[in-house]
Amino acid sequence: MSLLSVRDLTVKFAMRDETVTALNGISFDVAKGERLGIVGESGAGKSITGFALMKLISRPGYVDRGEILLDGEDVVKMSDQRLRELRGDKMSMIFQDPMVTLNPVLTIGQQMVETLLAHRKLSREEARQIAIVKLREVYINSPEERLDQYPHELSGGMRQRIIIAIALLLDPELIIADEPTTALDVTIQADIMELLLELCQSNKVGLILITHDLGVVSQMTERTLVMYAGRIIEAGRTREIINDPQHPYTQGLINALPQQTLPGHKLRQIPGNMPSLTNIPPGCPFNPRCEYATDLCRTRIPEIAQYGEVQVACHEVQRLQAEGERQEQNA
Amino acid sequence: MKDMNVRTPLVEIKGLEKQFDLDQGWLETLKFRNGRITREKRAVHAVNNVTLDVNRGEALCVVGESGCGKSTVARLVAGLLTPTSGEIHYDGSRIDDLSRAQMQPLRNRIQMIFQNPYASLNPRMTIRQALEEPVRHHNPSFSAAEVREKVTEVMMSVGVDPTWAKRYPHEFSGGQRQRIAIARALTVDPEFIIADEPISALDVSIQAQVLNLMLEAKESRGLTYLFITHDLSVVEHFGTRVAVLYLGSVCEVADTATLFSNPKHPYTRALLSAVPQLKDDRPNHIRLKGEIPTPINMPQGCPFQSRCAFANNRCDSEKPKAIHQPDGSLVACHAVEENRLDEG
Amino acid sequence: MSTETISPNMEPSRWSKIVNSNMAYSFRRNPVAMVSMVIFLLIAGAAFLSPLIAPYDPYDPAQINIMNSEYPPAWIDGALPEFVLGTDDQGRDLWSTILYGTRLSLLIGICAVALQAFLGISIGLIAGYIGGRLDSLLMRMADIQLSFSTLMVAIIFLAVTQAMFGTEVFNRYAVFFLIAVIGVAEWPQYARTVRATVLAEKKKEYVDSARVLGFGPGRIMVRHILPNSLSPIFVISTVQVANAIISEASLSFLGLGMPPSQPSLGSLISSGFDYIFSGSWWITVIPGVVLVVLVLVINLLGDWMRDVLNPKLYKG
Repeated sequence: MSLLSVRDLTVKFAMRDETVTALNGISFDVAKGERLGIVGESGAGKSITGFALMKLISRPGYVDRGEILLDGEDVVKMSDQRLRELRGDKMSMIFQDPMVTLNPVLTIGQQMVETLLAHRKLSREEARQIAIVKLREVYINSPEERLDQYPHELSGGMRQRIIIAIALLLDPELIIADEPTTALDVTIQADIMELLLELCQSNKVGLILITHDLGVVSQMTERTLVMYAGRIIEAGRTREIINDPQHPYTQGLINALPQQTLPGHKLRQIPGNMPSLTNIPPGCPFNPRCEYATDLCRTRIPEIAQYGEVQVACHEVQRLQAEGERQEQNA
Repeated sequence: MKDMNVRTPLVEIKGLEKQFDLDQGWLETLKFRNGRITREKRAVHAVNNVTLDVNRGEALCVVGESGCGKSTVARLVAGLLTPTSGEIHYDGSRIDDLSRAQMQPLRNRIQMIFQNPYASLNPRMTIRQALEEPVRHHNPSFSAAEVREKVTEVMMSVGVDPTWAKRYPHEFSGGQRQRIAIARALTVDPEFIIADEPISALDVSIQAQVLNLMLEAKESRGLTYLFITHDLSVVEHFGTRVAVLYLGSVCEVADTATLFSNPKHPYTRALLSAVPQLKDDRPNHIRLKGEIPTPINMPQGCPFQSRCAFANNRCDSEKPKAIHQPDGSLVACHAVEENRLDEG
Repeated sequence: MSTETISPNMEPSRWSKIVNSNMAYSFRRNPVAMVSMVIFLLIAGAAFLSPLIAPYDPYDPAQINIMNSEYPPAWIDGALPEFVLGTDDQGRDLWSTILYGTRLSLLIGICAVALQAFLGISIGLIAGYIGGRLDSLLMRMADIQLSFSTLMVAIIFLAVTQAMFGTEVFNRYAVFFLIAVIGVAEWPQYARTVRATVLAEKKKEYVDSARVLGFGPGRIMVRHILPNSLSPIFVISTVQVANAIISEASLSFLGLGMPPSQPSLGSLISSGFDYIFSGSWWITVIPGVVLVVLVLVINLLGDWMRDVLNPKLYKG
């Protein structure tokens, strides 16, 4: 059985004039110790997915239907009491901005010890020892001293390490990381990612990595979901998706990266913008930006279905595959 | 058309320094130390002795991590800040000490594009107002029709529908706003554009659109760019030359192709290895120890020595000078100078 | 050329933009604000139309008969039916006098706030945008001004002018003196608020962009920064109008404001105060209630506006 199983999850936001659908019937699984990437641009619904998994969606948003089974228990229907027990313990979350995630008026030690005491029957001293061990795991020098420091005394990279240490404090089975390195510099991002990867592998922790950066997904994850306008449009093994994307949007996303074009040449851009949630076009949400769109695409929403190694939500995928093969043969 | 000046760079930055005082008032500089009151000033050394040339028609990219002073360099060149010392020459004449009135004739030759398209357009002005304002300001003799014609032409050239001119910035997406911001800079027909992280606030698919737009403008209008970014993949695509900045000092300046094929400075190498690659399964990056120190108390020697694997006593005490390499790049590193890098 | 696919939309009219705006929406959703607005419009409308509505003109001696003084309101025994709210000590119809008085109070309040706003916004813009020593100087001036209470400054100023020009001249120009003193005494409120917003706005990139385009400081301040600093100015303006009306009433009550011959709400309350124990409570209480209601609804509107325009909730 998989660790996390999401079925037909739909999240809506009751806005002033209308109700918008931010997540539209998404389904996926995460096995124990598996690393899953969720890629998309802003407005695709990837962060909302993360929040929904932790049941952190607050008004005006709500889960309209669907279930989130964590080890067989449905998070959507869970009581607040049970939820508090689960959060941090079985799954924990790493947020984007290390500068605001830590409480500025508490020392690192206080924040870590409080978290431990809330979930485990431990003495303060025992909790402190566990905190020190966890800080060492994320390669923080002299952890004993760090425990008595306040967040503002530490640099951004150090804080993000501490946040990872806090996320790992209760040995969760699943970590949801929402753009964990976007606020950090390149060299530090690489460090943090390597650390996260190492910890997940050595502790057999499942990871859901939410990011806009295809490079990061490619290096960190085993499977990838690509999201667009609140739907999963492509899912499969990361290698497959990066090397041989099937959906025109995924292809466009990868081809638009500067490293995919010779220097000085025009980048292969996707025209237009991601539709806003209030204004999603009928049919396939990507059809106005898609060069292969047909009348079918403009009227019917494609269901996600298995094509070869990956799942794709596109009416034209077989035609595209055939064309791709023909081109390869010609070449 | 500028054949005769081809050999002098368009912009010359010489020994540029900028410090920001941390203590604002006189009273704040008073410190109580060892039982007596002393006066001491603390300053952030944002830019330290930076010397760079921007040649006509090129796109010089300045790369570095946050706090390396790359945005400060951009602002100094744009005249938004006054340097603490050093000189900036534009087209042969010094511009860093000009008054606002003296600077006026240069304002339609030098333009700037900002990072955040959500903040760089005045939210209370319609697109038309925002675009017409600079045209009127720099061409007082234009009739209303001429102004409108100019604005329409620029909007078309950046791919924004001119019929949208009555709208306010908040009605547009980030990518469209950045196009409008570019249009605003282009309304005065500049020849030199300083772009401060113009695409880092945008989505991947939109980044490509804006980069293409800037490349087109470069070709069709003969623009010269000073392009500030932290994203090396963009540099490789967009830049003709690259300057790598660390803690306010230049580490390495080289042609883009040279820098990417043969990086010399240890920091450049670490930076390049840290970029997440698509095809490579295994992250194999050079791990730097520690993090960027604050630029308040600058180390005496090489600014990079605290994180450098090749640092020795000399790096600790003496700041390296930029030295020309056989392949034309400029590198400020003792280890490169002494050939210590590739031996071990 | 890069192309942008934008679906052509109908250009919404100005009116429908206002009706659909966030502000109008939250207004429709907030019963307190709606009721306050209705009451305020009723009071203000009646006050400014007082020459048309009021049955008597309290400024016309021919319509005043001292023999009519101290008639109670219509629902009390011994009232005269033509004086709905009774009469005051000089025999003026209280209903008409209150209408005229409210008009005067509102006028003084709004003009005084306009003066405060003009002084405060100019000083705040300059201090915030130019900064440095000028900023320190202007803000220290504001601090000094604020450390005197408004009433104290006003009392001293009005007492001195009254002594200098004599009561007769003073009474003739009392409106202007009041506007001037309330206006000058409270400018630092505006100056501080405006300076704080200017400091925040100044850091935004659109200001840098304007500087790079070569615009002068005057243009940047007035055309770019000021329009973006309006929200807090609106909010304090409502509170300041309420405060100015109270200040005027207090000063008139103390005999330093409007003379009894040109009644404002404050001087009306004051003139009735002497009769409150002789049974003629209505001369004080009814204008008092009007004053309280007027100030209350203005403050409630100010509260609502602060909630709507709160920069933390409001995305520009």
